[in-house]
Amino acid sequence: MAGPPTPRMKALEAKVVVLGKEGVGKTSLVVRYVGKIFSKNVSPTVGASFFTFKMTVDNHRVKLMVWDTAGQERFRSMAPMYYRKANAAFLVYDITQYSTFENMKTWVDELKTATDTPMVLCVLGNKCDLKDQRKVQSDEALMYAASIGALFFETSALTNEGVQEAFLRLSLALISLSKSAPNCGLITKDYDARRKSEDFLSFPPSLLLLREQIKEEEEKEEEEKKVGRCC
Amino acid sequence: MADSPGRPDGTDDEDQDVLIGEEPGASVHPMLATEDSYEELDYDLNIEAPITEQRERLASGTIASIVEEHTGPASAEEVGTEATELENDVERSSLEGDLSNLQISEEVTQRRADTVPDRQDVPNDTDEEVLQNREAGQREIKDEDIHSSVWRDHKKHVFILSEAGKPIYSRYGNEDKLVSLMGVMQALISFVQDGKNNLRSIVAGGRTFVFLVRPPLILVAVCRTHESQQQLLLQLTYVYNQVLSVLTYSQLSRVLETRKNYDLRRLLGGTEKFLDNLLNLIDQDPSFLLTAVRCLPLDSTVRDTIGHSIQSAKIKDLVFAILIADNQLVTLCRMKKYILHPADLHLVFNLLNASTSFQAADSWIPICLPKFDSAGFLHAHISYLDNSKACLLLLTVDKMMFFELAKCKEKIVEKLKKHHCIEAINRAVAGGGYRCLEVGISDLRHFIYKSKSTAQFTAPELEAPYREKEERARLFNMYQYVHQRVHNAARPLKIMFHVGSREAMLGWVTTGFELYAVFGPLATKQVAILAVNKLLKWIKKEEYRLFILDPPEF
Repeated sequence: MAGPPTPRMKALEAKVVVLGKEGVGKTSLVVRYVGKIFSKNVSPTVGASFFTFKMTVDNHRVKLMVWDTAGQERFRSMAPMYYRKANAAFLVYDITQYSTFENMKTWVDELKTATDTPMVLCVLGNKCDLKDQRKVQSDEALMYAASIGALFFETSALTNEGVQEAFLRLSLALISLSKSAPNCGLITKDYDARRKSEDFLSFPPSLLLLREQIKEEEEKEEEEKKVGRCC
Repeated sequence: MADSPGRPDGTDDEDQDVLIGEEPGASVHPMLATEDSYEELDYDLNIEAPITEQRERLASGTIASIVEEHTGPASAEEVGTEATELENDVERSSLEGDLSNLQISEEVTQRRADTVPDRQDVPNDTDEEVLQNREAGQREIKDEDIHSSVWRDHKKHVFILSEAGKPIYSRYGNEDKLVSLMGVMQALISFVQDGKNNLRSIVAGGRTFVFLVRPPLILVAVCRTHESQQQLLLQLTYVYNQVLSVLTYSQLSRVLETRKNYDLRRLLGGTEKFLDNLLNLIDQDPSFLLTAVRCLPLDSTVRDTIGHSIQSAKIKDLVFAILIADNQLVTLCRMKKYILHPADLHLVFNLLNASTSFQAADSWIPICLPKFDSAGFLHAHISYLDNSKACLLLLTVDKMMFFELAKCKEKIVEKLKKHHCIEAINRAVAGGGYRCLEVGISDLRHFIYKSKSTAQFTAPELEAPYREKEERARLFNMYQYVHQRVHNAARPLKIMFHVGSREAMLGWVTTGFELYAVFGPLATKQVAILAVNKLLKWIKKEEYRLFILDPPEF
């Protein structure tokens, strides 16, 4: 992915917050993107998890610092801490549950009233592999996204559909935001080629554990299939 | 089953004299609160409503005072100590006041085996009431259970409901479907409360029903195991604490005070998993039974290095730094004035145990440690260190400190790496503890040793014949049985030798320690006593590896 480093490459650091109702797949999306894996039983996030990763887009070295928040209502009061000073927000809903779409809108309203710096918004309709259970039509979501000036993608953390594109487009939007609105809180610096690093800082060590676990689970499942159901 | 509840014999007293303060694993620098949880439980049960408020107000000082200490005048500290003293007074007087009541209920529990199976140990209750309660309870449960005998046959049910009778949690099945059952529970409790009494437990139909009323919640355990009422109450208290750790007492009471009919599940979303896991742990992990913490056996020099590494990364407002690997404590570094209660630490263990989401990334979560301060949240930075099984928790009072703590963690990891401590922890985890054979006592199969002064315990790996899941469960039940016998408040025992068909168990409790040891079924009492004396010497020799005796402070 990393093109030949040109001398005028810039480094950009951005804070991103992922918001949405519980169970829509916020963590799955982030883990899918960062770890290139999908885990069937991701535990509900408690509080919030913090991921960082880097990518090279459009002659920029973009470092995204992602707050993956918990969707449960009781954590709602903590949310301002995460979206404060955020430069971008992923607003995730589940295309098979209309209520999550409505809930996502309340997040948009909250962001509008609580933040004053310009922000890149990106609406994600997740679980688009479950087409036959669809309750939220693409058109409706697209219209809504357009009305608030947000990007819109339908994604599936399971099949990886649209996930790469969403992150890529978000980064591009962040780059153009940093150019068009100099006081938006985004910091761009000249990229120091000496501090060159891998796109994903190799593989996030913390995710290795998860990947191992998934492997183990899969092996177990296979075994169970062989043995038949026990207990 | 031959059962000889032993009288303290001669050797016992002798040893005790020698061992006071010198028992294996004793330390004068406790990092954990060491009050006897069963005494405490009795105290908690007997407080009246106004005192609850008072206590809550007093306890709320902890987090506030840490914050204040770092920002404002030092007077907060004084208030803090005053509060503790006051609290102690309250505890003492209420203990005395209710001593008579307590004894009555204990005796009833004692007798329940040989009297009519349906016996209710509510002191001063009239027979009529007992009868009504019993009938109502039985009928309702049978009605509910006709649909599924599997559901009915679960060994231990746990229910949480609000004081208004709204279902909040059921260990098995959907609590929505149990509305009417929970309604009956609530009715039972309020009926007895109406007569200025408290419903503690009912024994009926081969089951024990234990009730714990913690306004604004009611917790109920229905159980066909042989655990004592006391043990079940303690377990319900853990469950209650788990709820508090998610909501705080202040939030819980505020929400349910303003709207009595509020569906608390909305606020507790995602907590079922932690409650389920907690209940499973309670059924297999002796740390809950003993209210003690298990330490990862580790060379004392390695442990000290880890302690120093954490100490040196100290930053302002960092209250506790806890390093945990494989459900065992590696080290705990604390702000000088504050100690942690094992029950709070159990919640932390349960949190890590129940969720895999912490392994994926650094997390930042609010957590209330109810024994520490039930009124507010601490904020925890949770991270697994460098792709290992070791998990570091940094607890602070300031919710904006994530990035400072992330830096702090980096520093700690750097130091630990430099001294190869993470490898050492990984090795210790992979090695799977120590083996009972190391002790060198031929007939000794397994043991659990708790050092009371440090609230820590140690136990070897479970080996044959306790490899199978069922056998492990059976052994754990045996431990529970011996534990309940020696801790029976009506007739406490110092030492007890129990010979069963498959093993012999020795339970021994002194002021300094609790020891439970398992021998082959043919072991005699004399052999067992000689063996545990040898065992104690061995533990003493190994105490720096098995226990944290010199905990670091900030």
